[in-house]
Amino acid sequence: MELDTKGLVFDIKRYAIHDGPGIRTTVFFKGCPLKCLWCHNPESWKAHVEPGFRSGRCVGCGQCAEVCPHEAVSLVESRPVTDTEKCVLCGRCVDVCLAGARQIIGRETTVSEVMAEVERDVIFYDQSGGGVTFSGGEPLMQPEFLLALLNQCRARNIHTAVDTSCYAEPEIVESIAERTDLFLCDLKHMDNEMHERFTGAGNNLILENIRRIAQAGKKIIIRIPIIPGFNDDPENIEAAGKFAASEASVSRIDILPFNRGGAEKSARLTDEIKSMRVETPDKEQMNSIAQSLSKYVFEVNIGG
Amino acid sequence: MNERVEKLRRESVEIRPYISTERAELMTDFYQSDIPQRESVAVCRALSFKHLMENKTICINDGELIVGERGTAPKATPTYPELCCHTMEDLHILNSRERPPFVVSDEVRKIYSERIIPFWAGKTMREKLFASMDEKWHQAFNAGVFTEFMEQRAPGHAILDDKIYRKGMLDFKRDIAENRKKLDYFNDPRAYEKDQEYRAMDICADAVIIFAQRHAEKAAQLAQQETDPARRGELERIAEVCSYVPANAPRNFQEALQSYWFVHLSVITELNTWDSFNPGRLDQHLLPFYEKGLQEGNLTDEQARELLQCFWIKFNNQPAPPKVGVTEEQSGTYTDFALINIGGITPADGNDAVNDVSYMMLDVVEEMRLTQPSSCIQISMRNPDRFLKRACEVIRTGFGQPSVFNTDVIIKEMLQDGKNITDARTGGPSGCVTVSSFGKESCTLTGYINWPKIFELACNDGVDPNSGEQIGPKTGDAREFTSYRQLMDAYSQQLRYFIDLKIKGNNIIERLYANYMPAPFMSVVMDDCIARGLDYHNGGARYNPTYIQGVGIGTLTDSLAAVKYHVFDEQNISMDELLKAMQADFEGYEHLRQKLLYHTPKYGNDDDYADEITEEVFNVYYDLLNGRPNTKGGKYRVNLLPTTVHIYFGSVVGALPNGRKSGEPVSEGISPTQGADTKGPTAVVKSAARIDHARTGGTLLNMKFNPQVLAGEGIDKLLHLIRSYFKLDGHHIQFNVIDAEMLRKAQQNPEQHRDLIVRVAGYSDYFVDVGRDLQNEIIARTEQQAL
Repeated sequence: MELDTKGLVFDIKRYAIHDGPGIRTTVFFKGCPLKCLWCHNPESWKAHVEPGFRSGRCVGCGQCAEVCPHEAVSLVESRPVTDTEKCVLCGRCVDVCLAGARQIIGRETTVSEVMAEVERDVIFYDQSGGGVTFSGGEPLMQPEFLLALLNQCRARNIHTAVDTSCYAEPEIVESIAERTDLFLCDLKHMDNEMHERFTGAGNNLILENIRRIAQAGKKIIIRIPIIPGFNDDPENIEAAGKFAASEASVSRIDILPFNRGGAEKSARLTDEIKSMRVETPDKEQMNSIAQSLSKYVFEVNIGG
Repeated sequence: MNERVEKLRRESVEIRPYISTERAELMTDFYQSDIPQRESVAVCRALSFKHLMENKTICINDGELIVGERGTAPKATPTYPELCCHTMEDLHILNSRERPPFVVSDEVRKIYSERIIPFWAGKTMREKLFASMDEKWHQAFNAGVFTEFMEQRAPGHAILDDKIYRKGMLDFKRDIAENRKKLDYFNDPRAYEKDQEYRAMDICADAVIIFAQRHAEKAAQLAQQETDPARRGELERIAEVCSYVPANAPRNFQEALQSYWFVHLSVITELNTWDSFNPGRLDQHLLPFYEKGLQEGNLTDEQARELLQCFWIKFNNQPAPPKVGVTEEQSGTYTDFALINIGGITPADGNDAVNDVSYMMLDVVEEMRLTQPSSCIQISMRNPDRFLKRACEVIRTGFGQPSVFNTDVIIKEMLQDGKNITDARTGGPSGCVTVSSFGKESCTLTGYINWPKIFELACNDGVDPNSGEQIGPKTGDAREFTSYRQLMDAYSQQLRYFIDLKIKGNNIIERLYANYMPAPFMSVVMDDCIARGLDYHNGGARYNPTYIQGVGIGTLTDSLAAVKYHVFDEQNISMDELLKAMQADFEGYEHLRQKLLYHTPKYGNDDDYADEITEEVFNVYYDLLNGRPNTKGGKYRVNLLPTTVHIYFGSVVGALPNGRKSGEPVSEGISPTQGADTKGPTAVVKSAARIDHARTGGTLLNMKFNPQVLAGEGIDKLLHLIRSYFKLDGHHIQFNVIDAEMLRKAQQNPEQHRDLIVRVAGYSDYFVDVGRDLQNEIIARTEQQAL
């Protein structure tokens, strides 16, 4: 049964207002093939459930270590350290953590459960021309789950958007494209080598997939995260604009200023994640980038 | 705004409200005379009103275009000793308190101690009222189970319709005379009573004409002395306007505004009505004058705008009458709740009524940024999105105005109350959120009822843990309850008892006002008082509902949900343990408290488990109250709003099963418990819509947004959020657009944030003017973070 199809999700956010048209519900898939250094959702990287920790909330009470039946949590200078090898994700430490510092990131869920949550806001989608956005992580990493969700949405007349890095097998992209109303495609860098250095993978497959989606006649919004020092040089911006206009038939580009949320969030993960120490681009810079891109496409939005 | 408006506005904002004894002295003079011994109560009230209007100081401020103050000058606040005579201690508190203070000069104190108090002590409505209530009522009142609006202020919540733009006072006098002539002493046993009421109304109409005429004379006099020819021209014009209205129906835009303003001042001088008074659909009333002026070339867009701005400032010059004690706790603000309605539909045919003046008023609201008057828009399915969007832009500027009302559900509410379709379409909100049919309804709000307190009593067999007194019925030891149903039954029994107590009190208080404190001037302008020959306080209005406002639906839902979930369903907490933890204010039960706070279904999250309880507590209240008769030919109805009473109510309630600690505020309006909503605005809206708004007379939903959420396309999403809520029959929604950081800064450095306005509950106020508890509460309200 399609409704029983299982998948791994780490959050479902309602009143998502920056992930496509109208008021939307965004379903965040867990697991991502890229490791972008600026990522503001590092908890989405691993394709499995994992323990999380908000150190700022921890009051050092030690309850988590005391209650852990597998001795996976030990205290170092009264701060808990989790041995992920031993942790079986039973959630006992989360239950006893009064401060809400201990978390479990990700949960296995079913299409039917996700759809029940999505259905709750249908009246808002109807009113606003909204719908559901599948994001992540990388939704294309769970094609069967994604496909089942897209089928369900189509059957229920709910508009769908897929927010993707486009780093996936072409066959998967094609099958998903058939059932998706709108793609939000990330375009991080036009240079293959730079792309690989900063995200862990080259961009050939990505650009190819964007072309493929365009050829399938699907509506695309290109989203460029503006990371100072990485992709904000005029050369890259011009190349991105050109590609979007001529090869992907895109009419709209959203540019998203880098925010420091990722650095804050990465501290919650037990694994150290290297985060780039860069500054948020200022308004002026964003405006000037928007202006460059508006030569190529009809609509450029800052913030998306 | 131009220089004139800026100056008037600055003066209005900067002057600190102070007590003026002029009205109290004039009233004392009058009641010390021998007239009260000769005349009926109604005529006496009218003659005392005339005495005020003939003798009070006439104030025309430099540069203003719309004239007239209630006091001797802007922010000079009169008192109403016939209703509530402030003691010397009250005056001291008014002068020194942190929350809305009033400057009380030594001269005022002297007059009070020598003249006002010696005459009025023992004769006031407040004293009559308290003396008429039985011991059980006092017990409940003192315990904070309910409040009583009329203990310091007269019934109000009245809104004017379009009649004063069609008729002048001279026309009303003719109507009064015609009806008086028709009195049938042979067949109508109330003929004499009606005759006295007609005499009283007629005297009041004269009094208002005299009051306007005195302004005309003063303006003419000032014009003669004026050296600046431009100002001289303005004063001459003012003199002309005031000698024509409100005696006659207005002929142009300025006369229309001035005429309303005289009527407004008259209503709030006659009595200190709750929620002052308000012009209703001002944009529709003014449109014909605006269009005519433009057509004839004697009004420009700019002049209309300036007149509106001057009109706005007049409201801001009139602080709410000084309140003390519980009345102050439940409504601690200078704001007097005049709520100007913009938009909506036309009463006659239900068409889109948004017009050029509507947009102009939104501009004025945005530019003036004043707490008074308050403003709202009415939105029907028929109104264009562009109007709502313009309102959202004003909302985004972050001072809580305008609030947004659902015209389509208001009509349902009115029809459900038995009104005909035209009167239903003539309706809208006044005060915070409660609706009535403009110009023809006495919609009396009588007090708040503290649901969480009643729940606490149900948990304690009717004993108030604060005092140890048995103030409610014995409904059983909660430890012996074996099902959630038993707890709910105990709650319902407690609620029934206190509703009965409150209604008994109200029914007496209504008669006190009808017999001792009629409002003959208000009766002139409210249908069908003239036709019926009955006073506004005595069933003269066409519709006469009485409201008791339920407070704390979020706190109550969450508390019931906690017991149901943990004690009866999951059985992971025993009732005994829970009650002990509540008694200990969770000292030593922190773990339990966290479970209650974070592992329990809560209202405001679109969670069926909690929201079904919300539905149930609403239905229980509705079934016990709705439809019971009052003494004015009307019925009791329900509404859900708090003003600032949720702070006071919280202060008398101990720890509750939702994890709330003793003394903390209860939830306000129909908003979720502070911090309990974690699923975002759509979930809040869905939960709130589980209440059947169409069966109420008003509900209040407060939401707070960070400015970032409303940037760019965010404003369209806000518009859709509102439209969706209204599709779900939501009654009202209002927004604070501020971040907590900014509020904390303002709290620390009030001096630097005097201009910061926040939406409190049905009204906006200066953040630095509200008490610290309320400040904290506003900060704690969930910020609706989107991404």
